[in-house]
Amino acid sequence: MFKRLRAAAIGLSVMAAAATPAFSQGTLRIGMTAADIPLTTGQPDQGFEGYRFAGYTIYDALVNWDLSKADAIADIRPGLATSWAPVEGEPTKWVFKLREGVKFHDGSDFDADAVVWNLDKVLNDKSPQFDSKQLAQVRARIPTLVGYKKIDKHTVELTTRIVNSLFPYDMSYVFYSSPANWEKQGKDWNKVALQPSGTGPFKVDRVVPRERMELSRNADYWEKARVPKLDKVILFPMPEAATRTAALLAGQVDWIEVPAPDAIPRLKQGGMTIVTNKYPHNWAYQPSMIEGSPWTDIRVRKAANLAIDRAGINKLLGGLMIESKGHVYPGHPWFGSPSFDIKYDPAAAKKLLAEAGYSAANKPKIKIAISTSGSGQMLPLPMNEYVQENLNAVGFDASFEVMEWNALVTFAFQPVTGDAAKKAGVNGVNISRATVDPYSAFTRLMNSNFVPPVGANWGILKDEKLDAMINKAHTSFDKAEQTKALADVHSYIVDQSYWVWIAHDLNPRAMSPKVKGFVQAQSWFQDLTPIELK
Amino acid sequence: MLLYALRRLIYLVPVAFGVSLLVFALVHLAPGDPISAIVPPDAPKEVVDKLKEYYGFDQPLPVQYLRWLGVTLTGDFGTSIGTGRPVATEVASAFGNTLILAIAATVLAFTLAVILGTAAAYAKSRIVDRLVTLISLVGVSVPHFWLAIVLVIVFAVELGALPPMGIGPENSTGWRLDGAHLAHMVLPTIALSVIPLGVVTRTVRSTVKETLSMEFVTALQAKGMRDRQILFHVLKNAAPTCLAVMGLQAGNLIGGSILIETVFAWPGTGFLLNSAIFRRDLPILQGTTLVLAGFFMLLNLTVDVIQTMVDPRIKRG
Repeated sequence: MFKRLRAAAIGLSVMAAAATPAFSQGTLRIGMTAADIPLTTGQPDQGFEGYRFAGYTIYDALVNWDLSKADAIADIRPGLATSWAPVEGEPTKWVFKLREGVKFHDGSDFDADAVVWNLDKVLNDKSPQFDSKQLAQVRARIPTLVGYKKIDKHTVELTTRIVNSLFPYDMSYVFYSSPANWEKQGKDWNKVALQPSGTGPFKVDRVVPRERMELSRNADYWEKARVPKLDKVILFPMPEAATRTAALLAGQVDWIEVPAPDAIPRLKQGGMTIVTNKYPHNWAYQPSMIEGSPWTDIRVRKAANLAIDRAGINKLLGGLMIESKGHVYPGHPWFGSPSFDIKYDPAAAKKLLAEAGYSAANKPKIKIAISTSGSGQMLPLPMNEYVQENLNAVGFDASFEVMEWNALVTFAFQPVTGDAAKKAGVNGVNISRATVDPYSAFTRLMNSNFVPPVGANWGILKDEKLDAMINKAHTSFDKAEQTKALADVHSYIVDQSYWVWIAHDLNPRAMSPKVKGFVQAQSWFQDLTPIELK
Repeated sequence: MLLYALRRLIYLVPVAFGVSLLVFALVHLAPGDPISAIVPPDAPKEVVDKLKEYYGFDQPLPVQYLRWLGVTLTGDFGTSIGTGRPVATEVASAFGNTLILAIAATVLAFTLAVILGTAAAYAKSRIVDRLVTLISLVGVSVPHFWLAIVLVIVFAVELGALPPMGIGPENSTGWRLDGAHLAHMVLPTIALSVIPLGVVTRTVRSTVKETLSMEFVTALQAKGMRDRQILFHVLKNAAPTCLAVMGLQAGNLIGGSILIETVFAWPGTGFLLNSAIFRRDLPILQGTTLVLAGFFMLLNLTVDVIQTMVDPRIKRG
């Protein structure tokens, strides 16, 4: 009996050995949270995970991100453009000088014609290469770009609708795919998706839908310091956190995105490295600011901010968050110096509610639309239940409208005055936000001109002073002045307590101890080029 | 027999029509906008409207249904809004992968179920009967996705004996009949087979036991027939009931593997459906569900025909 069992075990081990062949030291295998390979044609889908693995790996933007440092927030730097500047006296026109000698993976040249061709791809629906799916991914990221033309082979002029000194940030989201490759693939973007060609540090070897994407080193990458050390990167879609954890522990992958907090001790016990860093992520309540909403009273907003035991939530998450002190985290260049200190002070919260005229018999009713899961939503159900307990403990009457992630995103396509919010009786939404650049951090969320569907100012926050401060940042062309203007915006919104800020995610990923050289930037995007396997 | 099968096939046409209507209605009843899943949350309205027009979501639902039915009848199924790939290609490759797993689980579950169920029915010892009953109870009671995770923890993580996910090794595409790919099948097959194992074992046990108490068995024993020959007659008489249950279970294995395929990242229809649900990829959802429903109907028809062949007493109107 035991002999047979032993024979069976040996047999299984042999099969397993055959199933997990030894890879060369230079092949990094990553388990993504996405359920499918992100779009590879140029403008990735699947949110910023798509940008991380099928964007900045295969492609470059005119303006890239500096992802080389862990101790400072990632900022923009030259990419396919070596420099950029607004035209003297015409601040809505920008001249971008293109990098010379850059080639696409298929050997064709990157030049001004390629830039115009790619912008036509997403902005000119009369062009043969127009692709509505790529347009959908990028249009919201370049809200002010209205014109573009070639000046010479290595210079382009881009025009914005309004004066926008932050325009270079927008251009970090537009990638450039090879026009020659599109021709070669029969002018079919679906075929290009299987054999794309960009200028990035990695080339695409193979795309197997729903199974994996294989990238290999682009030895001819234009930025010699960033020629990948790895031979290959293989990306696997693994939407289930338990699967990713098991795959890492079993040695089937070397790196997993977003391990479940309760799996962290087991991963550490298995010798895995847990890498975290702060990054521009914000988990908060965006309140309704229309007439009749309790949130219009600053005392109620401040009370909510003071009622939440963020340290308790952090414990719940196994230490995988930063306790919010505002829209961006302390230490961020835009944090400024707000005078309102967001902390856990239930006594002060109760006092503020009493001052606002609320009592046990007359509680401020708040109802927040939340999701059961979703990109960047962390652990929405337990976290929200925790916040609900905290709010109710100081005298709020807090409840939720729970929906699935996609339904919540659709819900926020209409502002608070829309039918969806009215029907649900909701006066707040809990949608995590990427605060990567000034437009995505402040303008689209808080400027009164950016109420959905134009932007994401869901609660219809209208504050002329804030609008003017945001506009000042958009019209400051000096970097220091711009940063100062953004810090002033941040100090002001914290002092006004315009949102209820709760957590910043720490972007956890787990990796095998073999993975060396990775620097986790303070960004949604990461650089895979310095990584080695030892 | 042929006429019977043909008649049943014709009956499938209105059923298929009803299924298509139901699938379309259910998919469109779910909250969420298909376009919102493929655009960033703050995409401009004109972009969203343009995409709605492009995919035909701006049309009234009856028009959308008729359009979809039209392309479906040609075997086209439309284009995935998530990936831009043809739905037919997506579903075909995923269905092939699911079928491989479902067949393996069916063979494992049914073989074990017939052996265990018959052993329990024949058992003189109460311990054997109780043990088999326990196995079948565990089979129907244990959530298979939980078992899947436990199997992964034990055999992949702790023992390192089997791969925890995927259809095959990293350097291969699709499924092939070799040791490496078979190793990837072991855990999902076991996890998938527990429910049908439990259900069919219980059915076989009770049906065989009931058949054993029939007079013809006593008559056969009185005639001095050997046990093995009697067993053959008993199984033949128990087969129709067991086959009906097996047919349903086989259908469930193909349609009900979303959780197992997600846990094992097995690129079948379950994994495809999971991705399509979260992306609100309506063409994929509709196409996959329709194919699965169609396969389920055909499977039931096949089981009915086999039942009639096995037991001529079954005269169907």
